[in-house]
Amino acid sequence: MTNLAPAPLLDTVLAIGGMALATYSSRAAGLAIMSRITVTGRLERFMKAIPGAILASIVAPSALAAGPADALATGITALVAWRVGNVPVAMLAGVGSALGLRALLG
Amino acid sequence: MELETSPTTDRLPFTLGGVSDGLRACMPIALGVGVYGILFGLLARQKGLSLGAALSMSGGVFAGASQLIAMDLWGPDLPVVSLILTTFIVNLRHVLMGASLSPWLTRLSPGQAYGSLFFMTDESWAVTLGRYSTDKRRNTASDGAFLLGAGLAVYFSWNLSTALGHTLVRGLDDPGRYGLDFAFTAVFTALLVGLKPRRQDILPLIAATAAALFCRSLLPGKWYILAGAFAGGLAAALLPAKDSRP
Repeated sequence: MTNLAPAPLLDTVLAIGGMALATYSSRAAGLAIMSRITVTGRLERFMKAIPGAILASIVAPSALAAGPADALATGITALVAWRVGNVPVAMLAGVGSALGLRALLG
Repeated sequence: MELETSPTTDRLPFTLGGVSDGLRACMPIALGVGVYGILFGLLARQKGLSLGAALSMSGGVFAGASQLIAMDLWGPDLPVVSLILTTFIVNLRHVLMGASLSPWLTRLSPGQAYGSLFFMTDESWAVTLGRYSTDKRRNTASDGAFLLGAGLAVYFSWNLSTALGHTLVRGLDDPGRYGLDFAFTAVFTALLVGLKPRRQDILPLIAATAAALFCRSLLPGKWYILAGAFAGGLAAALLPAKDSRP
């Protein structure tokens, strides 16, 4: 693949600097907001559900919408994680079963 | 899944031991991140970014999805404003991730907390949250520096692999050939199981899953994570309060 002509230096600096600022503000905003408000009632229940909801959302497409092999491998990963309680072991089990099941089920 | 959301005033320790615990806990998934760092370095070179520019992006922006999307938009005519806006939108999910760690982060000095947050990624957030909720369940003390250590593991791996992809690697196999793409699904699944969802968490989790799947089929990028997070949070907020344990 041929390399493209480089973008102008000023644009490159502005783009990277702006992207860095955009990313950091998203990382800092959650704490900045939460340390200024008191969370009770419905909002508290909302916030408590967020971690699980984010994890479920990250996993959902690759677990449930990427074919039977990946869905089964996700199930195996969950089972290993539940029985062993060790993330690296569950990760190895997941990658191994995904490889095997994809070869078997296509 | 019991997370304290009311602010506590007692300070958390912030030790070197905490940093190294976080580093070690996040190392396996950080290596998986490296595969995508190599891909980014490779794309950056093809798009005409110098090694210095690629490394300042990996070091300063440090956001995998946004950087890969940026390479898609990169060219001699740089759409600077849309690059910045896209990055912001892609990273909005971090607002909720940072908020969910606030019960611990508010117990650090602002410098410790906002410094550690610079290094927060999906992976280090999830590993840290898993660790802190386990600490809480077992009633053991948490170390505030764990998030920093976990973030640094990803940071080193991301920058090293960017340099590697830019300088050495001439072509990259599809990570899926080795099942490496599944490493992320596996880790996040294991961390979700590790949160030990209870009965009242099930409906919010189903809502999150359904919203994420629906949104994934309609919209590009990472909107589905934000949509799922909101759906799960709303379901939990709208359901009647199941228990009022302290």
